[in-house]
Amino acid sequence: MSIMSYNGSAIIAMVGKDCVAICSDLRFGVQHQTLATDFKKIFKINDECYVGLSGLGSDMQTLRQRFVFRHNLYKLREDRNMKPSTFANMVSAVLYEKRFGPYFCEPVIAGLEPDGTPYITGMDLLGAMAPASDFVVAGDNTESLFGACESFWRPDMNPEELFETISQCLLSGVNRDCLAGWGGVVTVITKDGQFTRSLKGRMD
Amino acid sequence: MKLDLSALLPDSIRPKAPIDAALDDVHLPGPTGANFPLPDVADVDSFERQVVEMVKPSHGTTTLSFIFQGGVIVAVDSRASMGPYISSQTVKKVIEINPYLLGTMAGGAADCQFWQRNLGIQCRLHELNNKERISVAGASKLLANTLFSYRGMGLSMGTMVAGWDHKGPSLYYVDSEAQRIKGERFSVGSGSVFAMGILDQGYRWDLSDEEARELGRRAIYHATFRDAMSGGTVSVYHVTKDGWVKVSGDDVGELHYHYYPAE
Repeated sequence: MSIMSYNGSAIIAMVGKDCVAICSDLRFGVQHQTLATDFKKIFKINDECYVGLSGLGSDMQTLRQRFVFRHNLYKLREDRNMKPSTFANMVSAVLYEKRFGPYFCEPVIAGLEPDGTPYITGMDLLGAMAPASDFVVAGDNTESLFGACESFWRPDMNPEELFETISQCLLSGVNRDCLAGWGGVVTVITKDGQFTRSLKGRMD
Repeated sequence: MKLDLSALLPDSIRPKAPIDAALDDVHLPGPTGANFPLPDVADVDSFERQVVEMVKPSHGTTTLSFIFQGGVIVAVDSRASMGPYISSQTVKKVIEINPYLLGTMAGGAADCQFWQRNLGIQCRLHELNNKERISVAGASKLLANTLFSYRGMGLSMGTMVAGWDHKGPSLYYVDSEAQRIKGERFSVGSGSVFAMGILDQGYRWDLSDEEARELGRRAIYHATFRDAMSGGTVSVYHVTKDGWVKVSGDDVGELHYHYYPAE
């Protein structure tokens, strides 16, 4: 049993035309037992940058607090928000600090750069960045999520198309996964603002 | 996406495949199935334990059965998983041994299917020899005896044999350790703890037919919700003095929002 699939998770980030989307499932369990079905795994850093954390639930919460803390310090010193690529480098550094006793989380970062270009990146638990121009997945059943994304994603989707695609990918992905699902939450980021919607899913 | 439920239909209303004449030449185990070749090793016991590790039987199931005033209720989920991966959502876990006898499937799918089919053969032979139907006690004993002869050789099954005989409704739990227990309610599988919680809470001997069916359905539904390894559909069977009927087969994806409508 891997500690990365102790609580169960599924996260996807996807790029559209001048927009990005990020989503997660809602299950929190301990191995086979489902404890909660309202456990969101994506967190807002600022209007133009979100982070999704997959893996161990307790480390998700710790990391979220550390990321927000570092982002607040940056804002005090610089009087501006971090752009997603800067934030990703900070996340990578925070993770590598614990090289020999890592946080058991694989982050996914999605946002819009100041010039409006979409930015998404995945990362392993030690902080190795893997930026992508299409989509990034993380969780305990990435094979199914990858399969769905590879078939449904296409370039230059508008925000509504992107929402529909990422939602269908998440739902079909988690429907082949025992440890994730029980509904989902999706956030789409555009230059005019963001919207967040929750998804009905199979509850088994 | 809607689940294709055709695999869950009772055998009696499913289209039949033509029987291949070439089957005549195939070597089949006899009625007691006691002539499987054994591996040529010194210690069969520990060898089989290693084999079981390699071909991990489909774990994760919720099955339940209980007797009450109106007969026997048998309810099961339909998920098969390989580790955390869901390999099927439409597995048939109720095995229709004959029109008066049902078996349930938990543990190794192949073991359950093979040995309960084998039990069907033995029950039919009993009927031809004795000109009367076998009792549930007798049928479960036949299965337990068969499993006893394979004890320690790596079979994996936890099954309930339910039916109606000359004494009325009757229910036995039989497993691959050859344990055989008579009882009024059982639940087997990874989700059994959750199902048993609902079952114990709502059970009475004088439940009406409809109440009993709903109790079985509810118990399996709650197990699919809480247990990651259970899910798919909830199938409910009812055995009366006239034999078994399949009462319902509901996709959990829809059943949840039937019980708890989304705002």
